[in-house]
Amino acid sequence: MRLECRVNNQAVSVETAPMTRLIDLLREDLRLTGTKEGCGEGECGACTVLIDTKPACSCLVPAVQVQDAHVVTVEGLAKGEQLAAVQQAFLEFGGAQCGICTPGFLVMAQALLNEHPHPTREQVREALAGNLCRCTGYQKIVDAVENALAGAEHARQ
Amino acid sequence: MLASNAPVYTAKTLAQALQLRADHPEAVLLAGGTDVMVFLEADRLEAPAFLNLWGCEGLHGISEDGRKIGALCTWAELKEHPALPMALRACARTVGAAQIQARGTVGGNIANASPAGDSLPLWLAADARFTLQSLRGRREVAASDFFLGYRKTALAADEILVDIQLPVQKGELYYKKVGTRLAQAISKVVLGAYVHQEGGVVRELRVALGAVAPVPLRCRALEEALVGGPVRPELAALVHQDIRPIDDVRSSAHYRAKVAENILRTWLGSLRGC
Repeated sequence: MRLECRVNNQAVSVETAPMTRLIDLLREDLRLTGTKEGCGEGECGACTVLIDTKPACSCLVPAVQVQDAHVVTVEGLAKGEQLAAVQQAFLEFGGAQCGICTPGFLVMAQALLNEHPHPTREQVREALAGNLCRCTGYQKIVDAVENALAGAEHARQ
Repeated sequence: MLASNAPVYTAKTLAQALQLRADHPEAVLLAGGTDVMVFLEADRLEAPAFLNLWGCEGLHGISEDGRKIGALCTWAELKEHPALPMALRACARTVGAAQIQARGTVGGNIANASPAGDSLPLWLAADARFTLQSLRGRREVAASDFFLGYRKTALAADEILVDIQLPVQKGELYYKKVGTRLAQAISKVVLGAYVHQEGGVVRELRVALGAVAPVPLRCRALEEALVGGPVRPELAALVHQDIRPIDDVRSSAHYRAKVAENILRTWLGSLRGC
């Protein structure tokens, strides 16, 4: 099929099999390798992307279901050289170690912050419950997301 | 992995969906993909074709009074809907995590008919009715008549699950899921229950369990023993007359039986004096 969609605000038109997994389309066809594959069955959240603003495991979405949709990957969070607030916060709070889970956490955290700019710790934990990290113990990640926009507002002052 | 080369038919409207379903009864229905894609990746699904319903008009939306739920509603939508029973909203929060809740659909959970499907006992407890439609017409099937065997349902090869209807209830719905952790866990035991009491007497009771038999099922022996009398938590052991749990990767039959009894006793205990 001829798949037409937008990825990180850019129009994409690519020939693909309709049941190609979105993660393979992103990594192989579009060379957007920021999105990582962990479990491949929707348990670990490493491959999280936004589809029309909603989070999804890109390993569980067939290409045919993003026809005409807007997909945002971790590459789409920063504005040029300017990191998104949540990325800056991960740096400041030490939210990344080995890095495999990081793109998924960043995208999921961005989805949360889009809806709740000042989430409670409980909201952060619930939103990130589908993302697994085997390094950090989660505290620093939760700290980073909880303080992401507070940090950004502080920096602007 | 190699993508399936099977053809995919995409329906944009319910009329198209019904026509495509009639023309391609062999096609596997594809809603949010959260089950189908896992089966495909694990090489556990032979699919000659797919009928893609994602985005299909006419299968969305929850009525304002919360009595009618479109089959393509996601768990994220259910979680937020103020008119739905709290137990159903609580159930929605236990399905996978945010990524799955934004994609997984109510209709998919029902039609997939996994014995461990998180929501299934709740539909039985709520006495929900499923609307099935084909080019031949529409019919309603009670949730308790829908699950026929292991992953086998009353859905005919040309039918599509269109919506779920909840009757007006006088009593309260209850939901409890036991899994390894709060998020992303497949149920080891899942309970949906409904009770209506008057003056300390149980007038109506429906108790349904999942992951303890090839199908989600009603615990009829327990229900019959309790209706017409006071709540007696000590009768929870009657649950063993209806359930048939097995050992599998997630749990043992012994554990499931014990936990099923325990969560029922706890729930019944919480009802005394209500």
